[in-house]
Amino acid sequence: MRNVRFAFILCTFAIIGCSEQRSASTIQSGIIYCSESSPSSFNPQLDTSSTTVDASAHQLYDRLLEIDPTSGKPLPGLASSWRVSRDGLTYSFQLRPNITFHTTDYFTPTRTLNVDDVIFSFARWVEPSHPYHQVNGGRYPYFDSLNLRENITHIEKVNHLRFTIRLRQPDASFITHLATDFSVILSAEYAQSLIQRGEPERIDHYPIGTGPYKLSYYRKNQYIRYIPHTQYWGELIHSGPLIFDITPQSSLRLAKLMTGECDSIAYPSQAEINYLEGRDDISLDQATGMNVGFWAFNTSKAPFDNVLVREALASAIDKTTIINAVYFDSATRSRSLIPPNSWAFSVDTPETEYNPVRARELLAQAGYHNGFSMSLWALPVVRSYNPDAIRMAELIRGYLAEVGITVDIVTSEWDNFRAGLDRGEHDSVLIGWSADNGDPDNFYRPLLSCDGIQSGTNRAMFCNLEYDKIIQEALLTTNIDQRKALYLQANLLIAEQIPLIPIAHANRYKVFRKGLRGVMINPYGGMRFGEMHKVPSVKDK
Amino acid sequence: MLRTLGRYFNLFFITLFILVGLSFVLAFFFPGDPIFNLTGRPLEQLPETPYTQALADERWLVAFWFYIQSLLDGSWGISTISGLDLFDEVSTLLPATIELSAYATIIALFVGIPLGFWCGLKHHRKTDYTFMSISMLMSSFPIFWLSLLLILIVSLQLGWLPMSGRLSLLYDIPHYSGFILLDIYMSDHPYRQEAFVDALRHMILPTLSVAFLATAVFLRTTRRAVVDVLEKDYIAAAQTRGIPFWKIFLRHIMRNALLAVLPLLAVQVSTLVTNVMIVETITEWPGLGDWLIQAIYERDYTAIRIGMLVVSIVVVLVTLLIECLSKVFDPTQEQFS
Repeated sequence: MRNVRFAFILCTFAIIGCSEQRSASTIQSGIIYCSESSPSSFNPQLDTSSTTVDASAHQLYDRLLEIDPTSGKPLPGLASSWRVSRDGLTYSFQLRPNITFHTTDYFTPTRTLNVDDVIFSFARWVEPSHPYHQVNGGRYPYFDSLNLRENITHIEKVNHLRFTIRLRQPDASFITHLATDFSVILSAEYAQSLIQRGEPERIDHYPIGTGPYKLSYYRKNQYIRYIPHTQYWGELIHSGPLIFDITPQSSLRLAKLMTGECDSIAYPSQAEINYLEGRDDISLDQATGMNVGFWAFNTSKAPFDNVLVREALASAIDKTTIINAVYFDSATRSRSLIPPNSWAFSVDTPETEYNPVRARELLAQAGYHNGFSMSLWALPVVRSYNPDAIRMAELIRGYLAEVGITVDIVTSEWDNFRAGLDRGEHDSVLIGWSADNGDPDNFYRPLLSCDGIQSGTNRAMFCNLEYDKIIQEALLTTNIDQRKALYLQANLLIAEQIPLIPIAHANRYKVFRKGLRGVMINPYGGMRFGEMHKVPSVKDK
Repeated sequence: MLRTLGRYFNLFFITLFILVGLSFVLAFFFPGDPIFNLTGRPLEQLPETPYTQALADERWLVAFWFYIQSLLDGSWGISTISGLDLFDEVSTLLPATIELSAYATIIALFVGIPLGFWCGLKHHRKTDYTFMSISMLMSSFPIFWLSLLLILIVSLQLGWLPMSGRLSLLYDIPHYSGFILLDIYMSDHPYRQEAFVDALRHMILPTLSVAFLATAVFLRTTRRAVVDVLEKDYIAAAQTRGIPFWKIFLRHIMRNALLAVLPLLAVQVSTLVTNVMIVETITEWPGLGDWLIQAIYERDYTAIRIGMLVVSIVVVLVTLLIECLSKVFDPTQEQFS
């Protein structure tokens, strides 16, 4: 009987077809976010790309500490309190009690969070001999690039909710590292059960965390479905599912936002933002971003190992025109790696001027009278620091043609692209960096230190011992003026060596439909859907 | 009758064999290692089987024999980009493509053929000219443009219908058959009525885009057939005998005209499949076309090979089926000889 009635209703609906939307229901309180690409895993320890971070860090996991987005100061997270010893070497933490892990089809936890989980999460990247260290690649880009492993001597359990971390030397930025998107806490019990089942690699693809959402289903290049973690320790305002609709095309994301198929979209382009400004069903927020877009040369390869060639390339392009054409009015021209709103920024950093005549002279000096041909890798996805790398690459190709250099623009699917960069196949690449915390070290170290090559963040493959020494010194002191002077030294060295050309610091935008509440622009890191909820509304016509 | 069926059966298997052969040879034409192109994995990572042994020893004919076997038991290899099993992928995607083609064809048949009859009966009059010009316009419309235009007007400007996908992702409908309406009907989802309406709303634009062109073709084909039949002597003879026109129409015109239409439809199958694939890409319909185009972009050779094989088999199967049916139903064809 029920089926007959159902069939009848279907017929009625089939007849009225596309007519009125029925009244709002709980299913409609689900949030759909149109993301730009598929994450490579669900563990931000393994990958610094914001696609992976957005899909995992704040949705599935929690950290010991959080960063206050306005003041940049640490706030309690899974750790309710912490203390730093006077010598700056010992950090003690107290965990919150009764924090539950996700219960899913593939794992049912039997206990709540304790120190073992924290120790496991750290030991995985700290100890090379740890059974999980080599699982899924054995690379921990954020931690490797900062060389944090070397600095942690040991982590000690005091009781099941209290532990201490000892450092080798003081690190002014250590506490902010614990609050970044990458310092997530995994479940040791789950890891143990996976070892017993002989499939440890599942840990990063079928994640278990303590975050506000748990993974329900993931289909690569299609969508990710999360459902609320009902026993979440924090405040859970939203009761519906969270969906990442993976839509690589920027224009399609915009269209879906307009038709209401997405509640929020990743990386709207500047032209799209101007277009959306007049609409009353869509909200727009913006703030200066902690990021930098740059053009990096593969300094491990000839002819880019020659500083004359790098300088020639730097003087061959007109940055102002490029910035106007690609970012419109939404970015600040960069002089150095860090944006002007950072405390370490200094206006004294020199810049290479646009001068094609000089570029030709430099090339001749370096022995390339007739120019050469090179590949220019343009990042295939939209990032706030570079909204349209392909267009930028085309402009650069035009400029370089004038000085006799032939450019071959290379782009491919994001995963492959990064794999190619990791193997160092590029001659030069247009890419960038978004800061994970407010410390300038987070720009200088990953992007250009020798350790950054291994961890895949130093795309210039630049290794200069003097540079490494300067940025290392800058960490040993907490005196802001001393640190600032050291970072200026680093700037001068970059300006002289030109391993990369910083191009612009882009503003950050969040675009979302009016029904979505609780959207905050966090200058440090990824999307946080745990703080958002949707006001169910009858679809606007 | 049996011999016709037998002949088509043979034809189908020979074509199938050639297609499978081509798909095997294709792996050698694609850049890279043929073994990798066939299986999606380098040789060292493959399990030790007679098939991989034959591949390793480069005994290609033996390998081809095992290749056919592997196709039959559903081990089609994995995608080189996503690492997913191709058989699973295709079996979730193919129903979506079939679904879209089927709905579009049904609409086109139910609109195109009656209109074609009407125009044929009224040929060289105002109605006929009107419909002929409209159908001319319709069939000369590039389908990707039409699809974009519909999205632009109906979804973006008017906001009446969703523009992409086949069901809002909020509805978590389990996968049984792959046919979305059937799956929703069979599921015990608490919001299945809403899901059903949502699926219908998603279906309208892609179906209309595909049906638009097919309708025009059906209309023109049917009209031509009707006009041809009307000029036949037996119609004139029936008319002189004073048989009422509706009787002539039912007994002579309709049957003979439809028999002429059927084989022409077979020709349309490949056009239909191509159009469906284009529309899938534009409207993000999660079918084989969208997937195959993605695979081509990413140079996923194992996926391209299997995708092409499956699409061509479907086209061959449907074409031969229609041709066979038209032979069986048409007494004028010499199927008993």
